[in-house]
Amino acid sequence: MEGPLALLVGCFFAASVYLMLSDSLIRILIGVVVLSNAVNLLIFVAGRIVKEVPPIIPLGAQIPPIETANPLPQALILTAIVISFSFFAFLLVLVFRTYQALGTDKTDEMHLAEPQGEPIPPRGY
Amino acid sequence: MSTVIFRAIAPYLTALMVLFSIFVLLRGHNNPGGGFIGGLIAASAFAIYGIAYGVPPVRRAMRFHPMQLAAFGLVLAALAGVPSLLVSVPYLTGLWTYPTLFGVELALSTPLVFDIGVYCVVVGTISSIALSLEERER
Amino acid sequence: MAVSEKTVDLSQAMVTAPVAPADALIIAPIIITLFFGGLLLMTRKRAAWQVPMGLFALVLLLAACAGLLARVLTAGPVSVTMGSWLPPFGISFTADALGASFAFVSSLVALAVGLFASRDIDGLGQRYGFFAFLLLMMCGICGAFLTGDIFNLYVWFEVMLIASFGLMVLGNTRTQLDGAVRYALLNLLGAAFFLAATGYLYGSLGTLNMADITERLRQPTDGLPLNTIAALFILGFGMKAAAFPLAFWLPASYHTPSPAAAAIFAGLLTKVGAYALLRTMVMVMPAAHAVYADFLTWIAIGTMLLGSLGALAESDLRRLFGYVVISGIGIIFAGLALGSAGGLSGAIVYALHSMLVMTGLYLAAGIAARLGGSQQLRELGGLYGASPLLAGLTLLLILSAAALPPFSGFWAKIVVVEAAMVGGRWWLAGIVLVTGLFTALAAGRAFAHAFWRGGPVGTPDGAEKSVPGKLAAADLPLLLGPLGFLTMLTLLIGLYPQPVLRLAEIGAAGLLDPIPYVRAVFGAAP
Repeated sequence: MEGPLALLVGCFFAASVYLMLSDSLIRILIGVVVLSNAVNLLIFVAGRIVKEVPPIIPLGAQIPPIETANPLPQALILTAIVISFSFFAFLLVLVFRTYQALGTDKTDEMHLAEPQGEPIPPRGY
Repeated sequence: MSTVIFRAIAPYLTALMVLFSIFVLLRGHNNPGGGFIGGLIAASAFAIYGIAYGVPPVRRAMRFHPMQLAAFGLVLAALAGVPSLLVSVPYLTGLWTYPTLFGVELALSTPLVFDIGVYCVVVGTISSIALSLEERER
Repeated sequence: MAVSEKTVDLSQAMVTAPVAPADALIIAPIIITLFFGGLLLMTRKRAAWQVPMGLFALVLLLAACAGLLARVLTAGPVSVTMGSWLPPFGISFTADALGASFAFVSSLVALAVGLFASRDIDGLGQRYGFFAFLLLMMCGICGAFLTGDIFNLYVWFEVMLIASFGLMVLGNTRTQLDGAVRYALLNLLGAAFFLAATGYLYGSLGTLNMADITERLRQPTDGLPLNTIAALFILGFGMKAAAFPLAFWLPASYHTPSPAAAAIFAGLLTKVGAYALLRTMVMVMPAAHAVYADFLTWIAIGTMLLGSLGALAESDLRRLFGYVVISGIGIIFAGLALGSAGGLSGAIVYALHSMLVMTGLYLAAGIAARLGGSQQLRELGGLYGASPLLAGLTLLLILSAAALPPFSGFWAKIVVVEAAMVGGRWWLAGIVLVTGLFTALAAGRAFAHAFWRGGPVGTPDGAEKSVPGKLAAADLPLLLGPLGFLTMLTLLIGLYPQPVLRLAEIGAAGLLDPIPYVRAVFGAAP
């Protein structure tokens, strides 16, 4: 099961890189979301995939009697999903505000923070 | 979106979802559920109410600004671990007490306080974002 | 059966030893910043509460960090595992001399910026939560310095990032939105690489506790993708630290936010990336550090060259200082690449120095831009006449950034250069010195243009042109107070460097010999 999932992670990374190379902010944003999903899936695969037995230790035992699913990657992914979700929400609002304020969502046309064609700095007085 | 059927059913749906979210929050310690998922359910309840009746009624119904609710949750979650420091165990160590109320034993704990904090944070942030996006739509 | 009667033997899963009150200090920075950050956000409509409460929290934070540093210096590394779970399973907070000293200097810088902001941010900025976001960002920064768990480090990075987004767009101007898009997207990308590295590390070793990983990687490890993990760490943290090929977001965004926010960004955020690299590459994965030592050297050289040449080519005062920040990161990388005790302590001293000085430079540039009505070197001039004190303090900060004696930058650079010479890399030492000269030229030119000459380009020599001051004269001394405080600190360290050098030596020794760190987490016998 790990093999196909690893390939899927690769596809996610490829798609996200392709999207992030675009000059449209929305595509870059979607690329970032796909990237975070790729990373989440990577953690899931890295945590080994086993039978879906809940990792609950019966009363009185010290270790689980049979092999159970690994709960830690899922906790990590849940945390990462929450974080990337909140970032996505923030970025969505930010990109929308930027689009409203600058009138464009093309990165090639956004020159306020990095003005183009600045004169060279003064060399004398 | 605001058809008659939807507007008629939205208040009941919202009430039911908020109630269910509290149920999910409270069963969370030993069963599937908890503050995060409960908060998401409650936030979607407010979002539904906002779609049906517009955002101002939701803001009036919530009384506080959603970000204030989220900040309250943050404070609550930060404080939930402090009692453990007072009894010289590491921060966030769960402390339990079992008072009996009307013949029923209640399991109260600091993780519950923490979970309520998480619930408030999630309700606050998600509904804040959802409401501001709904406001822009109009 | 009632719930309370179900008892389970937890002694094998939980820490049973009580925590000494002094050790509890390790979590105090987090509690203080979270509590007051939340409280300030709750009461953000009450503008009158924001400044006193925010400053009170920052003072508390400083006291907690100072107490923690004192505790670490007397008793060695301190570790507490949250929720009492036994160490590799629970999330540990572990402070050694490195983390505690970084946290202490950060809280010092935060207090200076808070004092500055109490006069500079207008009522609107306070209501929309400058202090709340500042405290939450400090929560992320202190958490990153003090945590002993690599996934938790990721979480604190993100806390820091999202709070810094809030600070960045506080003014809501068009330029700020443009800068924030660049900053947010690229930092998020870096965090994703860091998370991927964490995932691989967990898949390889099955643990995320830094002490545990350190311990396991000291034993033979065959077939683990450690070099890939290290490459991803360098990529992710290098992006955050603004190292050479990944540094361009910094001068594109740091000049857009309000002066106070820009100052704390320039002072602290890149250093968190540098700290994470020191921690992961040197302490956790020494074998990978040996593999990448040459690569890191090239990154350091590229970063130093990019920073100093970029500063020479820049005509915007605040962007110019952005490049000065980058060239400082190059020096930290040079120390990191050397990897010897001398190189690491040089990197640590430089990072501490850079926190103070870069914050000061950005504060000075902020005041200068307000006073002169522009950030462009062409349009500035005559600021010396407007405020001799500001000009004097800026000159001292520039001299410190250029690593001239008697300032802290001088000692930081001496340690790095000496370590490079000892390591047989005289060319690295040469580049440190040459790029230092370029930085001095660029910053000195900025001073000459913005402060020293009579007026903007075209003003005849000797003629004083009145400065279109947008700043009330009464506000100026209060704004200059924090600036003077930071300048005094760098001068003080320059005149009496022994304690800081000693601190850095202890920090570097802790990175090279992690046994006390591991013992602190697992007890005497790990």
